[in-house]
Amino acid sequence: MTPPPYDIDAIRAQFPILGRQVHGKPLVYLDSAASAQKPEQVISAQADYLRTRHANVHRGVHALSQEATDAFEAARERVRRHLNAASTDEILFTSGATAAINLVAWSWGRTYLGPGDVVVVTRMEHHANIVPWQMVVAERGARLVPVDVLPDGTVDEEDWARALALEPRMVAFTHVSNVLGTINPAKRWIAEAQAVGARVLVDGCQAVPHLQVDVRDLGADFYVFSAHKIYGPTGLGVLYGRREWLEAMPPFLGGGEMIASVSFERGTTYAGLPHKFEAGTPHISGAIATAAALDWMEYWGVEAIASHERRLAEMARAGLASIPGLRILGTAPEKAGVVSFLLEGAHPYDVGVLLDAQGVAVRTGLHCAEPLMEHFGVPGTVRASFAAYNTPEEVDVLLAAVHRAARMLS
Amino acid sequence: MESIEDRQRAIEAEFNAFDDWTDKYERIIDWGKEIPGIPEERRSDEWLIRGCQSRVWMIASRNPDGTVHLEADSDAIITKGLAGMMVHIFDGLPPAEVAQAPLWVLDRVGLSSHLSPTRANGLRAMVDQIRRYGQALALQA
Repeated sequence: MTPPPYDIDAIRAQFPILGRQVHGKPLVYLDSAASAQKPEQVISAQADYLRTRHANVHRGVHALSQEATDAFEAARERVRRHLNAASTDEILFTSGATAAINLVAWSWGRTYLGPGDVVVVTRMEHHANIVPWQMVVAERGARLVPVDVLPDGTVDEEDWARALALEPRMVAFTHVSNVLGTINPAKRWIAEAQAVGARVLVDGCQAVPHLQVDVRDLGADFYVFSAHKIYGPTGLGVLYGRREWLEAMPPFLGGGEMIASVSFERGTTYAGLPHKFEAGTPHISGAIATAAALDWMEYWGVEAIASHERRLAEMARAGLASIPGLRILGTAPEKAGVVSFLLEGAHPYDVGVLLDAQGVAVRTGLHCAEPLMEHFGVPGTVRASFAAYNTPEEVDVLLAAVHRAARMLS
Repeated sequence: MESIEDRQRAIEAEFNAFDDWTDKYERIIDWGKEIPGIPEERRSDEWLIRGCQSRVWMIASRNPDGTVHLEADSDAIITKGLAGMMVHIFDGLPPAEVAQAPLWVLDRVGLSSHLSPTRANGLRAMVDQIRRYGQALALQA
């Protein structure tokens, strides 16, 4: 389907929250990389389900339970189609991307990691793709090797090659950096890591909002993303895993929904995929709303959204660069719609407060990526991130607000 | 000497003259510029206030006339402004007043609710510390 012409006014009209004010000023929301706002279509998909079709799934034979189950499984199919996975058995719903990474770290890690084994990550990872690995390698006597990042915000390919020479069992990296916006060469890296025998997990939280991701084309073993960054609800993450690995992995959490039969005498047998990894009542309304979010993105076109965002980020970058004492972090040639910057001599937190007072919502601080901040030797940054609904006028507001903050803090 | 009541009323009037929070922050930052600060060599951990996200130092001593002498500094500009505002309110008062006088202006001008929770906690930590200095100096009197 060809997307319609990119109509920014029509898009904005679909986001009720964008009509509100903060501190008496129109909201300029430039923190979508932390969490995107929700269009009416997503809000009403979730509300309609709760109003008309809610019951628990995969149980009861009653009509509502059937309808809820159908809608939940249709959402799984919608996600499968978006990622081009081979089967819905490969699409697991979790409570978030963090839970998805933890699932792999613990289920796969406890099974396949032993003393001396190596897990490779990069220094630009979000804490969610560092800490679970630190925990599991500590338990298994394995070790975690971080790959260096160059001053321009790209991964040091020489260090990458050195890390792969250690023949890691697992390589986990972010598709797009949440701080710098760097787009990593995922397809090539996956092939290179698999060539040395590693399994590869890709953190797609910042990629799925901006790139058309095809997990089979990429060749990923595991791919995770979170719904709330693609205009969907919070509390829902997706884990794609290749069927052969998921089948071999033990369950991570035990409980209802994930079993075939439970017995004190004969022991318990587990359900097949994907239910084996979905203990307990899932976030049914969240999955349904996530499908609506994917419909919404597809309607306007992921490519069209991304090129709109890139244009805004370019405008912001050009405008910010002319502010004395302002330093932009990350100048990789392939970037998604975020700009991370610092004002010389000013605490990022102070900048954030002054932008907030002017109605501009940005993220300030370490961005859950403390090792990357340490690597760059900065106390944190201010990050403006752009989404489908932002406008060139909002970039102008940002620039004027940063100018004023810079004057006040100099 | 201006009483702590007068000082707070003056601050309230100044704040109310601004509609815009950016302007209010500008005034806060100016309070930071109005205090001399604390040179690096005197910024010891002893005077560091715990509970602030950015680092804040506050030093209390006694003036020859028995009143409290407050000095403050911070590595973040808005925090230094808030610290300067506290110095503006409490500096030069008798220790007993520093320890006990009602502090109402922060709520009245909306600062308590406007600040982020971490910063509001930091500000509370500054006030608590100033109160403790007042108590300690009152006991020495």
